[in-house]
Amino acid sequence: MTGVTGMTGLAAGQQATQPVPLTMRLALRDIGGITRRNLLRIARTPQLVFVSILQPTIILLLFRFVLGGAIHIPGVDYVDYVVPGIFLEAVLLGGMTTALALAQDLQSGMIDRFRSLPMARSAFLAGRTLADLSRGVIALAALIGLGAAVGFRFHNSAGACLAGVALILAFGYAMTWAYAAIGLAVKDPQTAQMASILPMFVLFFASSALVPVSTMPGWLQPFARNQPATVTIDSVRALFEGGPVYHDLWQAVAWCGGIFLVFLAVSLRLYRRATV
Amino acid sequence: MTQAPMIEAEALTKRFGSTLALDDVTVRAPAGQVLALLGPNGAGKTTLVRVLTTLLTPDSGRARVAGFDVVANASAIRSVIGLAGQYASVDELLTGRENLELAGLLYHLGKPVYRLRAREALERMSLTDVADRPVRTYSGGMRRRLDLAASLIRQPPVLFLDEPTTGLDPRTRNELWLLISELVAEGTTVLLTTQYMDEAEHLAAAIVVLDAGQVVAAGTADQLKDRLGGNVLEVRVTHRADLERAAALIAGTGSAAPRLEPELNKASMPVKGGPGELIAAGRALEDAGVALDDLGIRRPSLDDVFLALTGHAARPGNGDERTGRRRKERTA
Repeated sequence: MTGVTGMTGLAAGQQATQPVPLTMRLALRDIGGITRRNLLRIARTPQLVFVSILQPTIILLLFRFVLGGAIHIPGVDYVDYVVPGIFLEAVLLGGMTTALALAQDLQSGMIDRFRSLPMARSAFLAGRTLADLSRGVIALAALIGLGAAVGFRFHNSAGACLAGVALILAFGYAMTWAYAAIGLAVKDPQTAQMASILPMFVLFFASSALVPVSTMPGWLQPFARNQPATVTIDSVRALFEGGPVYHDLWQAVAWCGGIFLVFLAVSLRLYRRATV
Repeated sequence: MTQAPMIEAEALTKRFGSTLALDDVTVRAPAGQVLALLGPNGAGKTTLVRVLTTLLTPDSGRARVAGFDVVANASAIRSVIGLAGQYASVDELLTGRENLELAGLLYHLGKPVYRLRAREALERMSLTDVADRPVRTYSGGMRRRLDLAASLIRQPPVLFLDEPTTGLDPRTRNELWLLISELVAEGTTVLLTTQYMDEAEHLAAAIVVLDAGQVVAAGTADQLKDRLGGNVLEVRVTHRADLERAAALIAGTGSAAPRLEPELNKASMPVKGGPGELIAAGRALEDAGVALDDLGIRRPSLDDVFLALTGHAARPGNGDERTGRRRKERTA
């Protein structure tokens, strides 16, 4: 340890005691800083990115080649039917790492450090979710390539297909906030991992992702038909393949907006009161 | 010369469920000094730090840091404090430099400023050589220094250190002590929590003893020792089997019951006088035929004060390597 005077201007008289008010510009800079931190973390754990692509890849191959032959859906190739559902599964899976990472940050004391800084309160969570969204983009790009390799085709205009991809990402981003709330609420990385499997199971399997809702038992159909994953997948299918889209699209956008706003509020509240 | 205190807590109370973590706690830290909060695990030290650093809201009472109220002006406080803790909250996957630059950015320093400060802090903490390696590869002491550097990036006038040396080896601990002394010499006000008497004694101008959420004593190390009003008689037996018998034999001469440290074959207790009690104890032990390694009188340590104030030792049992080392040093 060097005993020299050290940091510039650390003398008492030069210490700044006046707080700087938080402006929108500073808040955005905070979000940028935290996003960069999390992007660096993602770049330094490529194995995590790889596994989060591998899992939906296996499900896709399973349903395309193992189970798909037994599932007949009138008027559509099963591969075109199932691929949008797999895209959605990929972004839901990505959200699980959000819950896990936040529980870890809480336990390791990182959240204490950040909460003791004058940064914008929303920046910590916004930076986390934005970085996780970027991982969703990577996973989706890989799966679009893989889907094409196993016979999936876009049949609609480029604009509509892009809108479909954007809708999946919007759904994934909104759900990231729900996962953030789970991570902050359970506070323990292992519990966070187990707890975030639940929404994944309910939303993905009890939806139109793999089989049409009409094949499900009557008591399940009202839920399965109206839950956010189904309306999102149905509008994405319509955007990719053509066909009437507006009813589902309206509902899907409303779900995404609603999930985002509710869990934004819940997560911020949990973050403000975060204690290990 | 009276100066407005930098840290001021008045009748703070905080309850978690049925536990009263802070029970009517009042403390004051003058500017440019070290205030040590001394107490065992669970005494409420960390809770008090969390209230003062705006991480927790108190149930009742008031507290001000650098003139700002912890509840009403929480965001103002965050821009004038630094916080470093026993958990070394640094990002394992980022490099040391990246951690410091991120902290600088989040303190709202300009980029040229935080880059320069990060470089200077790395140098000051002797981390320049490992600055661009991920923190995951750092030793415990290096992490702790990096954590401290992150809390100093803003050059805060008030620094909170929550058990900064817990679990560190003696050399690293001494380095941190030196650094804290330098910061105080430069005008920083430091509030430090510790379970270690020697740390409080070495660094702090004032000590507040906390136990079970309450302030049980406050003052300088010497003032606290004077409260015991006498000396400490210490006996070390050759055979451990004799320890309890020896303690019973000397008990009559002391002003409180002897404290046993079986792992060191040692018993000690406060005595009002000095030489008279020593001779009486020596005679009693010799008459009973107890073989002794050592028998003596010394000034009370903060350990003795803590024991007298709270009825139990400040530190957890004997599992702590550092504790053992320190105890041996003192009896040597």
